[in-house]
Amino acid sequence: KRRKRRRRRGGAKFLERETKMGTIQRFLAIPLLSQSHSFLAPPIKPLHSSLHLSPSNLKLRSISCASPTVSTTMAGIKVHGVPMSTATMRVLAALYEKGLDFELIPVDMKAGAHKQEPFLSLNPFGQIPALEDGDLKLFESRAITEYIAEEYSEKGEKLVCPGCKKVKATTKVWLQVEGQQFDPIASKIAFERVFKGMFGMTTDPAAVEELEGKLVKVLDIYEARLAKSDYLACDCFTLADLHHLPAIHYLMGTDSKKLFESRTKVHEWVKKITARPAWAKVVDLQKKQ
Amino acid sequence: MAGIKVFGHPASTATRRVLIALHEKDLDYELVHIELKDGEHKKEPFLSRNPFGKVPAFEDGDFKLFESRAITQYIAHEYADKGNQLLSLGSKNMAILAMGMEIEAHEFDPVASKIGWERTFKHSFGLTTDQAVVDAEEVKLAKVLDNYEVRLGESKYLSCDQFTLVDLHHIPVIQYLLDTPTKKLFDERPHVSAWVTDITSRPSSQKVIL
Repeated sequence: KRRKRRRRRGGAKFLERETKMGTIQRFLAIPLLSQSHSFLAPPIKPLHSSLHLSPSNLKLRSISCASPTVSTTMAGIKVHGVPMSTATMRVLAALYEKGLDFELIPVDMKAGAHKQEPFLSLNPFGQIPALEDGDLKLFESRAITEYIAEEYSEKGEKLVCPGCKKVKATTKVWLQVEGQQFDPIASKIAFERVFKGMFGMTTDPAAVEELEGKLVKVLDIYEARLAKSDYLACDCFTLADLHHLPAIHYLMGTDSKKLFESRTKVHEWVKKITARPAWAKVVDLQKKQ
Repeated sequence: MAGIKVFGHPASTATRRVLIALHEKDLDYELVHIELKDGEHKKEPFLSRNPFGKVPAFEDGDFKLFESRAITQYIAHEYADKGNQLLSLGSKNMAILAMGMEIEAHEFDPVASKIGWERTFKHSFGLTTDQAVVDAEEVKLAKVLDNYEVRLGESKYLSCDQFTLVDLHHIPVIQYLLDTPTKKLFDERPHVSAWVTDITSRPSSQKVIL
């Protein structure tokens, strides 16, 4: 499919550096680091079934990061996290999209379980979620969703754009945009408007106003993008859209929803992605907790 | 072949991230200078290349990208059979790489970049280092580097025993920090220190330093 030239319209955005704010656990106790655990399980060797061999691949000098002992079992997926956490929700959404069975193992955030062993063996950065699939252990929600999308590419919904490497590269652009441009701002607003209340803290209206001023600039860019493309990366729903769901979910329950509703294409996109059955299951799981 | 163009600034860490990848792959490219101090990145025609107004933007023939970490991944995949291998094949290996790239982007870079801003870039703009910020960020960086120290005690590079994009993505910010007192955080951790020496002495890393 020939890539269409896209003309971008976007407002100027002030270049600044800000610390990414992720999920709520960043605001809890300073992580207790264990010195005895590496953040990765022993390196794994690819199984033949998971190594996509083709004549051109065989000629490549392939790096193997693997050892021979890994296995994945059909019932082997475990997610360590809580349904309230945006990063956990991101992973759950991907699992539901793929129709995969998994076990959600709760982590007692209030007791600081994520900052202690045994959780630190799963993620020494002390953040949920972590995932186990047989012997494979991963953390960082966006790496986990990417793994799910690739490893189980034949199952459930497609979460990648069909097509050549250039299309995949465009997807990576919008995956980065979510992680680097959208989420740092949106998560901060969600923290101010939603999570602070849960911890008995008060929303800072000045902070919200400043953050919303930044978010509208990002959403203006999204508005232009979505006028040319049904979804962010291409005309199919992909991880680039999915990754936004948790923060959007929280913001749409606050006054900040006006920022999305006042932009036609963005609003249509929000309605489409939040109406997906897989997302409804994530929200449902959260309600049950 | 219309060729590869990078629209950026030679001092920008994100631009350097892309240039290092191009050098690793022995690819020819043209660096189109975007004058940051004139705000060129916040105006047209640059905004058509990246509406978020940040360098670098990238072009390979008529294919356009932005976000340095998406660009490096494109380079690594598209030119997989050229120069040095920067990836690892297979979905589980790629998952481990993806995890390493996320760690760099979300755990290491925000902290390290803040220190770089305070200690180095602020001076270029006639601003003063805020020592309180530096102190606070160094505490966070130390914790990240403690994790890296454990990991690099078991593996020669971050994701596996070969140099990959995961290591590459760290290089530009580390290069700046090595010229500041923050260097001590790297020096005092032996595995991290050896890794830093290794990755910053690669020919491709040397080529981007002015």
